[in-house]
Amino acid sequence: MIKKFLDNIRPNFEEGGKLSAFRSVFDGMETFLLVPNTTSRSGVSIHDAIDSKRIMSMVVIALMPALLFGMYNLGYQNYLAAGKLADASFWELFGYGFLLTLPKILVSYIVGLGIEFVVAQWKKEEIQEGYLVTGLLIPMIVPVDCPLWMLAVAVAFSVIFAKEIFGGTGMNIFNPALVARAFLFFAYPTSMSGDTVWLASDSVCGLGNALPDGTTMATPLGEAAAGIAPTSTFSDMVLGFIPGSIGETSVIAIAIGAFILLFTRIASWKTMGSVFVGGALVAWLFNIAGLEGNAVAQMPWYEHLATGGFCFGAVFMATDPVTGARTEGGKYIYGFLIGAVAITIRVLNPGFPEGMMLAILLMNMFAPLIDYCFVQSNINKRLKRAK
Amino acid sequence: MEPLYKIKKGLDIMLEGAAEQQLAACPLAETYAVKPADFNGIVPKLAVKEGCSVKAGDPLFVDKATEKIAVVSPVSGTVKAIERGERRKLLRICIESDGKQDYKSFNAPDPEKASGEEVHALMLEAGMAAFLRQRPYDVIADPEQKPKSIFVSAFSTMPLAADFSFVAKGREGDFKTGIAALSRIAPVYVGINPQQINSELLPITHAKVSVFSGPNPAGNVGVQINHIDPVNKGETVWTMGAEHVIMLGELFRTGKVNLTRRIAVAGSMITAPTYVETLIGAPMTSIIGDKIKGTGHVRIIGGNPLVGERSGMDDYLGAFCTEVCAIPEGDDVNEAFGWIMPRLNQFSTSRSYFSWLFGKSKKYDLDCRIKGGERHIIMSGEYDRVFPMDIYAGYLIKAIITGDIDRQEALGIYEVAPEDFAVAEFVDSSKLELQKIVREGLDLLRKENA
Repeated sequence: MIKKFLDNIRPNFEEGGKLSAFRSVFDGMETFLLVPNTTSRSGVSIHDAIDSKRIMSMVVIALMPALLFGMYNLGYQNYLAAGKLADASFWELFGYGFLLTLPKILVSYIVGLGIEFVVAQWKKEEIQEGYLVTGLLIPMIVPVDCPLWMLAVAVAFSVIFAKEIFGGTGMNIFNPALVARAFLFFAYPTSMSGDTVWLASDSVCGLGNALPDGTTMATPLGEAAAGIAPTSTFSDMVLGFIPGSIGETSVIAIAIGAFILLFTRIASWKTMGSVFVGGALVAWLFNIAGLEGNAVAQMPWYEHLATGGFCFGAVFMATDPVTGARTEGGKYIYGFLIGAVAITIRVLNPGFPEGMMLAILLMNMFAPLIDYCFVQSNINKRLKRAK
Repeated sequence: MEPLYKIKKGLDIMLEGAAEQQLAACPLAETYAVKPADFNGIVPKLAVKEGCSVKAGDPLFVDKATEKIAVVSPVSGTVKAIERGERRKLLRICIESDGKQDYKSFNAPDPEKASGEEVHALMLEAGMAAFLRQRPYDVIADPEQKPKSIFVSAFSTMPLAADFSFVAKGREGDFKTGIAALSRIAPVYVGINPQQINSELLPITHAKVSVFSGPNPAGNVGVQINHIDPVNKGETVWTMGAEHVIMLGELFRTGKVNLTRRIAVAGSMITAPTYVETLIGAPMTSIIGDKIKGTGHVRIIGGNPLVGERSGMDDYLGAFCTEVCAIPEGDDVNEAFGWIMPRLNQFSTSRSYFSWLFGKSKKYDLDCRIKGGERHIIMSGEYDRVFPMDIYAGYLIKAIITGDIDRQEALGIYEVAPEDFAVAEFVDSSKLELQKIVREGLDLLRKENA
């Protein structure tokens, strides 16, 4: 039935058809609905059933627990701040967060996919599904108070300048989702950090509570950086009932995603594990050093790993195969340095309470260098053998 | 004791329709055809004209560059047609069989005593040198260059591939004679699998035998070379298919070129898949006959589904085909929402499908769909997991795509053949045509270095 419908409308989209400007869109929809039945022309006659659509879909599924929990947590934090937590039902809390998050996801997808469609049409290529993941990641790593227009600008900037000018999915140097966040962070710092942005303070469609201006809610890292005694316990951090970017708060929800990614082998355990090892080790070293007057340095290493974007970054960002190290040995070094640099930035730079974003972007830049060393050693081995 | 190499990386693909170890009859057909394109790297120069009568073993064409490598007729009869394609490219030389098989006889020296030059000269004259391939470039061996060693792999791990132990049954003597002859030219290495240790293929006195265990492509001669004696820049290694070594042995025993071979006719679209004994150049109709199941779209492959070439019922058996397979084409299959559906009948190495649940011995009926769109290389480590050589496969592919010759050399292109990338091409989620890319890279390099 789907096939019949597609066959009927196909002529409109082909070269010279009246809708040929939307060929890439049609093509994208067709391959979304039906597995393409083009058969191989050369080389192997049979193929593995895996394709990049399936891979990207799996990543989106892996993101779901963190996203759904993030929605719930938005409501939780709002009602908590208003002191009405006891009266609210689960669905009120979740619904409130859902209504706040949905527009962000829509804006991210519409702007991002719109640009992707145009580029695919222009380059006469198939639409690449990489943005399905990026487009969901971006709303999950911004504060809830981030205005939609800022999000749209950031998405456009990152899709065009971090991805498409390099040649699209698979060719980019920096993780596009993190570029979008970095763009927001440096272009609109007041909306991206501080104590007020982590809390939704308006009611939406009758849900939620309007909070008075100036109600603050600092993240645990923000508190530590300011030298305030932390208000959240470690178990809050693991469960995720802390303020933070939408998707990053719950260690458990992220762990479910991590399990999906590792089990399907879409993410490399080498990269992911090394990030945690690197972060834990450096945080532990700072614990021992116990820098006087630096509350962040004295934060126990396990709290470091559980707060901020550390887990989210380690699981969903550091493991991006395109921007990370591609050699198997390089993955250990790449991951380790991400964890180490992230904690170092947190501790030693009071300007940035969150170091994960910058650590990953920095290591994105160095990933080719790490790979170069590994590949070069293989080349040298070959040269030596020839003598 | 033979040294054992345990190959860890790779993938065994279990397909339905593996050939039973029985021999079905295959009568002599009317017309046979030899395809110059099978002999990679050779520009053919015809040695016959239409209407000529030939014996089995008479040269049909030689290579234009040296005029030394002859490709000979599999049957006796008359040259019926010389088919040409675009720009007069030689496609096939068709020979009408006289049904008698008159063999040209050659003076074969004793392979135990002959010199390497004598052996090579006979191989060139009798058309056996056309079955010698060389690394680098994976082309027919250049007779002007002396190899540092010769490799023969006595087994294949490809899906649906013919089992050489069965192919060689009763002809182990000829195989050993062939190895003895090759060993006069250069040191010979034979790779066997663990099941062959106690078979009659051993002992082989004139070669170093190594055992390779592990998944596909452990049977690829390229993998074996990489583990035993890798090819360096400036060096040449020859390889010969084990089934061709049997023919070589027979030539030394009888003085005749008998291009008869035992091939597997396999695949899920073949009723009662078995082995048949036939000649190189035999028409597919005589091999497959009416064994095709059903009336759906079927792809006939000269070779196995990973490295074989797309063929058809009007085609002829290629010179290097050790099997003929028929599997569903799949262009009439429409699957909805493949990116999320469980798709239990699909095989995948990715655990985003469920084939891991059914164990490694479940057999699948795969069709020829690519099952995805071509993308840039996105995932890392996909190729490396199934590429058991000390080579960064993904980086080499990128170097070939970008045409960076120095880097291709540095990354080890001289050690590989397209077939070594077959498993990587199968698992590739970006659906790149890796074997084609490698072939083009090798051709370019050969041209540049010439």
